[in-house]
Amino acid sequence: MINVSTAVPNDNLIVERQSSILVKGGQRKNQLKCDAESIAGCVSQRACVYCGARVVLNPVTDAIHLVHGPMGCASYTWDIRGSLSSGSELYRNSFCTDLKENDIIFGGEKKLARAIDELVEKYESELVFVYSTCVVGVIGDDLEAVCKTAAHKHGIQVLPVQSSGFIGNKSAGYRAACDALLRLIEPPGGARPINSRRPVKSVNYLGDFNLAGEAWIIKDYLKRIGVEVNVVFTGDSNYRDLKKAPEASLNIMQCAGSMAYIARRMEELYSIPSLQISFLGLEDTAASLCKIADFFGEPEMMRRAEELIKEETIAVQPEMGRYHEKLAGKKAAIYVGGGFKAISLIKQFRELGIDVVMVGTQTGREVEYQTLHDISDDGTVILDDANPSELERFMTEKGAHLLVGGVKERPLAYKLGVAFIDHNHDRKHPLSGYVGAVNFAREVYSTVCSPVWKYARETGGGLYAVENSELPER
Amino acid sequence: MLDCTPKEIIKRSGGMINPAKTCQPIGAMYAALGIHNCLPHSHGSQGCCAYHRSHLTRHFREPVMATSSSFTEGASVFGGGGNLKTAIKNVFSIYNPDVMAVHTTCLSETIGDDLPSIIKGAEVPEGKLVIHASTPSYQGSHITGFSNMVKGMVTYLAKATRDEKKEQVNIIPGFVNPGDMREIKRLGGELGVRSIIFPDTSGVLDSPMIGKFNMFPAGGAKVEDIRDSGNSKLTIALGYYASSDSAHLLERNCQVPAITLKTPIGIKATDDFLMTLRSKFVQEIPNQLEEERGQLVDVITDNHHHFYGKKVALFGDPDILTGLTEFILSLGMQPVHVLTGTPAGTLTGSGIFEKEIKEMLAAAGHEGRVKAAGDLFELHQWIKNEPVDLLMGNTYGKYIARAEDLPFVRVGFPILDRGVHSYLPIVGYRGAMRLVEMISDTLLDRQDRDAADEDLELVM
Ligand code: SF4
Ligand code: SF4
Repeated sequence: MINVSTAVPNDNLIVERQSSILVKGGQRKNQLKCDAESIAGCVSQRACVYCGARVVLNPVTDAIHLVHGPMGCASYTWDIRGSLSSGSELYRNSFCTDLKENDIIFGGEKKLARAIDELVEKYESELVFVYSTCVVGVIGDDLEAVCKTAAHKHGIQVLPVQSSGFIGNKSAGYRAACDALLRLIEPPGGARPINSRRPVKSVNYLGDFNLAGEAWIIKDYLKRIGVEVNVVFTGDSNYRDLKKAPEASLNIMQCAGSMAYIARRMEELYSIPSLQISFLGLEDTAASLCKIADFFGEPEMMRRAEELIKEETIAVQPEMGRYHEKLAGKKAAIYVGGGFKAISLIKQFRELGIDVVMVGTQTGREVEYQTLHDISDDGTVILDDANPSELERFMTEKGAHLLVGGVKERPLAYKLGVAFIDHNHDRKHPLSGYVGAVNFAREVYSTVCSPVWKYARETGGGLYAVENSELPER
Repeated sequence: MLDCTPKEIIKRSGGMINPAKTCQPIGAMYAALGIHNCLPHSHGSQGCCAYHRSHLTRHFREPVMATSSSFTEGASVFGGGGNLKTAIKNVFSIYNPDVMAVHTTCLSETIGDDLPSIIKGAEVPEGKLVIHASTPSYQGSHITGFSNMVKGMVTYLAKATRDEKKEQVNIIPGFVNPGDMREIKRLGGELGVRSIIFPDTSGVLDSPMIGKFNMFPAGGAKVEDIRDSGNSKLTIALGYYASSDSAHLLERNCQVPAITLKTPIGIKATDDFLMTLRSKFVQEIPNQLEEERGQLVDVITDNHHHFYGKKVALFGDPDILTGLTEFILSLGMQPVHVLTGTPAGTLTGSGIFEKEIKEMLAAAGHEGRVKAAGDLFELHQWIKNEPVDLLMGNTYGKYIARAEDLPFVRVGFPILDRGVHSYLPIVGYRGAMRLVEMISDTLLDRQDRDAADEDLELVM
């Protein structure tokens, strides 16, 4: 077992990668290198700017999401995220200018203008997002100008999203999306605080994309304690609701990776303060509800929050207890998009008695890595932008029973005989709040304790190993 | 609620709505995975590579390994030569494949990186290979990308090293599942013909559970076999769009005669495939295959009354559709809409998709809408204007199936919402039997679901 801090012994690791991996040990400070560019020639799990922008904006249900570029970028993002809508389903279509060779040579502006015209005519939408892709960034189409002309012509909002893939990683895409959102919510006559019209206890809920209906669960909790959700950024949101965003009295923020920037800007522009909250796991959910009630400073609200917490906790305890019994002592590895989610997951695993032996993110920020480092147990491997061989190596070395990750990690885990949970957009059950905590525990249990591992792990899938099943106990 | 498609058809010129194709590099990546010990490499920004890997992973439910040149702003201004050289160095020192198969992306194509000279100038370790294909997505589709990467294999690897050709056949299977490639290989084996199949993703993307992760699974066409394809007596290209260009290239480079056949879906196309092998290699058709064919015909006979006159809409990749249309017609069904997103013209010719399918329909006394370079918005409009009894195509058809309440059979690429499909063939007689089962089950399940209590039948 490795006990030293900083770098990990190098075999099979790319030299440049060593500073992106560390094992928690005696050292005080986290010195992990993060947010660096990926190295050419690595099997990186990272995505691009456009991907990040699309993640944030896609849940706006009644917008026309038009990808300006070749078909591929659009087809891979066609309805792959499970954000649910209570209204329009327009966002689930795939619109693309499908640039061809001629457009690349002579520019794609005319085609883009035509595409907007045609789509606006077909679908009654008041909002178009136009995403730029790498090629558009290189050929230099003036998205801004085309969008402006189109907006004028149709009397609707047409917003460019500057998301050419090569200008950075996914975080840059979050920012591009937030810039578009900021333009969208700006009232006529410019941004300014709107104190007078602000309903007293209404919040914007930032960084929930309503995957599997998660935002609905939280909306319900907040309603029960007397807080109205003004609009969610961006799960199940629409043009009209987003326009009202400046009227809220508080921003609460679930996914900081994508939303910290817009929260800060809204504070500057509209004097809306923000709170970082998390509705993942029992502990964080309870703390977050109290934090919100505390902000509004109303004893009645706090009373209702405490009551809700008590009620819900009692309701889920028996089931959580059963899972805890089965799962205590198991080991989990985490590889997710943002640092904040990783932090929440560690706590959530603790609630189930599971040790986290490896934790990594695609785009975690330095502060988040600091927290990860602080809350991790000694010996936990912490890594930024991992590649599959690193994931494999540390999962095997640490004897993980379970990996939490995204679509590309699932088959990798399975091949290693390791159970898997999708905590990304392929998730199928809501994982937020009390309901979510139970779903999470159930999902962990159903995969970790599935009978399939009897065949997959002990016998390695093959007949030959039946006689010879002496593989190490995991 | 998911139905946002208006019935009235208006001409459009501003791009696509709901595509029936995707981009070249993913096809190139898939083809490259069909070489043993090969690591595909995407020369562009990392987003493309991440998308292609995710998409393939969702379809095959297998790990898909590929590296990227990770372009940043600098590379997109000054060119990606430096990135590619670094990548080549890293790929061999870290992952150590036998072959690194580089494909371009829209970005590196637009910048104009000259891959052959970058690769020439790179340090490639002794005994290792770097091959490449140019795959700009503003032309063609994923099928074009597949075809281009196979051409890359021929260009870089195939060699004619002797005067006399060997008694062996090259088979280029086209963009089909590993289960199909496996079946094509089996058919060749049953006939006793030595065959070189490339690319061959069987054993790579349908690899068994062995309790550990292999970066390079056991399957895939071996480099020495692809080399030796230059010495074969014949190349059979299965599928005009995915396979014929590379077969002709092999003919030009190594004087191996090329013949293009339909993807062997259904009785006739499978017959053609087997008879071609027989006539060139003078072998008897073994009993086993006779029996399989007989079983297929038997099964169709037993079930044909379920099929007769049913109207079908088909969409997907052109080679699959050509075979499928022929088979659907032979079942007595009527393909009224056939649409692919792939443009009909290839780089070397004007394409045959629409003509070939229209001729098949005409020969059966039918008319239908046939289109290349279409999208699913258009297909949906067609269906609204002329309804069908069955929809066949990839996962994306589920929106139309739901909106129009249609029985839906999933076939083709990608299938993101069902498992197992990539392990089992639709080619050959057995594959055809599987299709018969899929189609009749779907139609009959629907009939059961819709039947009033008094009409529910036990024996159908
Ligand atoms: S840029 Fe080109 S290669 Fe990359 S995903 Fe888009 S269409 Fe495909
Ligand atoms: S072209 Fe650029 S924007 Fe499109 S997927 Fe690739 S990296 Fe992302």
